[in-house]
Amino acid sequence: MSDLSSIVILGTGQGGFQLAMSLRDEGFGGRIVMVGDEAFLPYQRPPLSKAFLSGGTDEEGVLLRPPGYFEEHRIELRTAARAVRIDRAARKLILGTGEELDYDHLALATGARNRRLAVEGADLAGVLQLRDLAEAIAIRGLLSALREVVVIGAGFIGLEFAATARAKGIEVTVIEAAARPMARAISQPMSEFFQIKHQAAGIGFRFGDGVRRILGEAGRAVGVETISGEIIPADLVLVGIGILPNVELAADAGLLVEDGIVADEFLATADPAVSAFGDCARAPNRYATAPIRIESVQNAVDQARCLAQRLTGNPVPYAALPWFWSDQGGLKLQIAGLTTPHDLAVARGDPAGGAFSVYCFRDGRYLGTESVNRVHDYMLARRLLAAGIALSPSQAADTGLDLKSLLT
Amino acid sequence: MAKIIYVEIKGNRKEVEVKTGTTLMHGAVLNGVKGIEAECGGNCMCATCHVYIEPSQLDLLPPKSDDEEAMLGSTASPNKENSRLSCQIKSNDSLNGLVVYMPPRQS
Repeated sequence: MSDLSSIVILGTGQGGFQLAMSLRDEGFGGRIVMVGDEAFLPYQRPPLSKAFLSGGTDEEGVLLRPPGYFEEHRIELRTAARAVRIDRAARKLILGTGEELDYDHLALATGARNRRLAVEGADLAGVLQLRDLAEAIAIRGLLSALREVVVIGAGFIGLEFAATARAKGIEVTVIEAAARPMARAISQPMSEFFQIKHQAAGIGFRFGDGVRRILGEAGRAVGVETISGEIIPADLVLVGIGILPNVELAADAGLLVEDGIVADEFLATADPAVSAFGDCARAPNRYATAPIRIESVQNAVDQARCLAQRLTGNPVPYAALPWFWSDQGGLKLQIAGLTTPHDLAVARGDPAGGAFSVYCFRDGRYLGTESVNRVHDYMLARRLLAAGIALSPSQAADTGLDLKSLLT
Repeated sequence: MAKIIYVEIKGNRKEVEVKTGTTLMHGAVLNGVKGIEAECGGNCMCATCHVYIEPSQLDLLPPKSDDEEAMLGSTASPNKENSRLSCQIKSNDSLNGLVVYMPPRQS
């Protein structure tokens, strides 16, 4: 068991919460304080752009644990609390109120924030983003009165929102700088498939275009002028153009930051009393050739578990398989492994029938699989990757071969 | 509404009223039952809300979907005849008295 008596976790997102829970599960008996600037109990972000907006769940339904959990497990939760400085020499976290929290260990789970759109009109009412619960509540309140929305950015969040809005009968146009949806995250064939499905549902796309300005009347957004000169009316503009890691406090405290707080395979920074994990951290990964910052629930949760083990005296290097998912209008995209960048994408299954998988390779090496409505493929890919089995492109292309046979 | 009896791995029994329409996963999490992780939040994506159903009561439940069957193929604890993903089962009156056992581990 460790000799730590006080652990402060900066961040009350899914990663921060998982660390607190795992520390107690691993038998840590000391003080745990969680600090976060959001006003809510720790909750899940993934449903916010889907079930929460469509009415399938509510504020209680997205909570990770009920209020009583924190008291029962002696987890001191400081919500709506802003940390302003880390004093590493004195091992103190200083809050905006002036309060100083002493720590034996500080875990940085500061997550990320939305990238802002830097164009005229971006500060108009009705220009919204969707990452936290407060934003989701605001959007949910507006949704039933909306007639037409413009989504800026065809990434996961933008498309999940677009599909949810379209299902409510709202006119939806998505503007994307790249030539296809989710271009940074998924393969060309999978991207095309989603584009066709979203278009069939009535979502309009403008690829290779951007936003010149957002048009307003009386302080409210009423439309978007694209760089190509088109004017698209909108009573809500949803900006989903990626996220930026929250690294400023760490950088100010002299910790190394390279698009993410730099951590080792044990999620330790150069300061033995400070760790970093989740969306805010760049760390080595068994499935990547260089340290990488991954934005996902899986990564935050598995890194939290790994860190909890080390902080309770059982250090093991981080080795979890990355996986991702996105629900878009009834389509379930699942990704096993780190599939980008790849130089070869091999499809199996039946895209026209709405169920297929894409196997991604780089320099002939199997990276992972993207699946839509083929859960068996996805789960099998997880097992192949975790076992380090070297699937070849020709095996992936051979539909007569049961890939399961490679496991034995 | 149904009274669900969750049995934690150390043998503690927790009787919980779970509203009709609420999943057995949420019923467990919201009532502090230990042993469910539900990493993906109930989307049938992660197989960390695995439970064992009292074998004599299996017939009370709707059959597994293909997706659930596939996810059960990679649970951390053994996939048995009475294995289910608790996020895929919604409470209703007919489940009153259902006994749900937590597996040794979820991840």
